[in-house]
Amino acid sequence: MINLYEVTETNKMIEEENLDVRTITLGISLLDCIDSDLRRLNNKIYAKIYEAAKDLVSTGEEISREFGIPIVNKRISVTPIALVGGAACKSVEDFAGIAKTLDKVAHEVGVNFIGGYSALVSKGMTPADELLIRSIPMALSTTERVCSSVNLGSTKTGINMDAVKLMGEMIVQTAEYTKEDDSLGCAKLVVFCNAPDDNPFMAGAFHGVTEADKIINVGVSGPGVVKTALEQVRGENFEVLCETIKKTAFKVTRVGQLVAQEASKMLGVPFGIVDLSLAPTPAIGDSVADILCEIGLEYAGAPGTTAALALLNDQVKKGGVMASSYVGGLSGAFIPVSEDQGMIDAVTAGALTLEKLEAMTCVCSVGLDMIAIPGDTKATTISGIIADEMAIGMVNQKTTAVRIIPVIGKGVGETVEFGGLLGYAPIMPVNPFSCDNFVNRGGRIPAPIHSFKN
Amino acid sequence: MKKTIITVVGKDTVGIIAKVCTYLAENGINILDISQTIVQDYFNMMMIVDTNKATKAFGDMADELASLGEEIGVVIKCQKEEIFDKMHRI
Repeated sequence: MINLYEVTETNKMIEEENLDVRTITLGISLLDCIDSDLRRLNNKIYAKIYEAAKDLVSTGEEISREFGIPIVNKRISVTPIALVGGAACKSVEDFAGIAKTLDKVAHEVGVNFIGGYSALVSKGMTPADELLIRSIPMALSTTERVCSSVNLGSTKTGINMDAVKLMGEMIVQTAEYTKEDDSLGCAKLVVFCNAPDDNPFMAGAFHGVTEADKIINVGVSGPGVVKTALEQVRGENFEVLCETIKKTAFKVTRVGQLVAQEASKMLGVPFGIVDLSLAPTPAIGDSVADILCEIGLEYAGAPGTTAALALLNDQVKKGGVMASSYVGGLSGAFIPVSEDQGMIDAVTAGALTLEKLEAMTCVCSVGLDMIAIPGDTKATTISGIIADEMAIGMVNQKTTAVRIIPVIGKGVGETVEFGGLLGYAPIMPVNPFSCDNFVNRGGRIPAPIHSFKN
Repeated sequence: MKKTIITVVGKDTVGIIAKVCTYLAENGINILDISQTIVQDYFNMMMIVDTNKATKAFGDMADELASLGEEIGVVIKCQKEEIFDKMHRI
C-alpha cells in the first residue's frame, strides 16, 4: 500500500517543483471536411472541431482535480491545412479565412492554442502548399490562437531549399505584420526537419495524415523535479547522475500516462502517445538551463554544455520509455531561450550564443527555439540559419526546428517581452556575413547517403 | 474499490483528526488506513479512504474538505490513489 513518504514526495513535486502535465492535445483529422466550396469547407471544419473538442477543457479540469495535478494547457491539433484547403482556396485570403475559422472555434471551446496551420513540403510544394505558406503572415496577424508550422526537410527526402528561402521571407513578413506586438506572430510559427505526426506541443503540433480520426496526445514536463532530484547527488559520478535523472523521468512520465489514459477514457478518444519532454517555463525553478548548471556548469553555454545536454536528453528518454509503451512526439529536453529563465540569464551573462545553441540542438530534442534576433536581419540570413538547422536534423535523423523572432525596431542589447508562457528574451546577435548566393541557388539538397536503408 | 488519498498538512492543533473523521463519517466515506507524524510542530497525515459509498461527488468532497482545512488552519488535499500508484509502483 502507498505510504506517507511516497505521497509526500509526489505532492512536493507538484507543489514546490512545478511538476505538471503541460498539455493535453486533441488531434483531429479534417480530411473528411475537404470540399471545393470554401464556405462549406469552413462550416465543416468548425462543426467537426467543435463537436470533437467541446468537452476537452472541462475534462482536463476534472482530471486535474481528481489527481491534484495541474494540467496547464488544453489544445487542439488538426490535419495540415494546406491539404484540407487545397481544393477550395484560390488565394492567400481564402487560406487566412480558414485560420480565422480555427481561431473562432478555439475561442469557442476554450483551448489556448490550435495547431495545424501547416504545410508538409520536405521535397516539393504543391500550389496549395505555396499559397498556404504565403498566407502565414496574414493568418498569424489576424488570429490569436492559431499556430503554424512547415516541414521543410527530412532524412528521407533531403531539404527543400526553395521552401527554406520562402520561409525566411515569410518569417520576416510575419514579424513586420505583427510589429506592434514585438513581432509576436513569429512565436507562433515554427519550421521543422523530420516533423513528428503526433507532437502535442505548440507551435509545432499538427495532426499527421498517418493518424486516426481523433487522438489524445499528452505532453508532460518537470524540469524543476529533475533539478531538485539532482541537488541530492551533487559531486557524485556520472552513473549516479544518470540513474537519478532516469528514475525521475520515469515518475514524471507515469503521471502523463495516467492523465492520457483518463482523458482518453472520458472523451472516448483513443490514446496516442505521451511526449516526455522537459519543457521549461519562465517560472523560477522550471528551467532546463538550471539542470545543466546543477550537472556542473556555471551557465548554460559553458564548455561541457553539449555533453551535459546529451546525457540529460538520453536519460530522460530511457526513464520515459520504461514508463509508457507509447512514447512519441518530440520527447527530450527543450531549450527555448525566452521560455527559460536560466537560458535568459546565460544569454545576458554572455555565456550562450546562437552558435552554441545550434551545437546544442544536435543533441536536444528539437532546435533553435524562441530566439529573438535583431529586426533588421535579412531574410536570406534567416534562411541560412534554417538551412543549417535542417541539415543537422537531416543528417542525424532527428527532429530539428527553428522558431526565431526578428523583432522589428529592436536591436542587440534590447529585450523583448512576449508575456505568459512565452516569456521574455534579450535580443541575440546574428553572424553578419552574407549567405545570399547560397540561399538563392534554388532547388533541393539531396537526402544523405545513410537514408538509403531499403 | 475506488480509493482516495487524503493528506492533511499544517500546524498541529487540537482536534484535527476528529474534525476530518467526523466529516468523512457524515458523508459515508470509510477510512482504510491512517498514518500520521509530527515533524517540528507540523502535523502531517495521510488517510487512505474508500469512497465507493460516498454520498457526494468527488469534486464536492474535495472542495468541502479543503474549506474545512481552512477553518482548522491546515491544508487538506484529496487525490485519487492512482497517481501515487502509477508513480511509485511498477
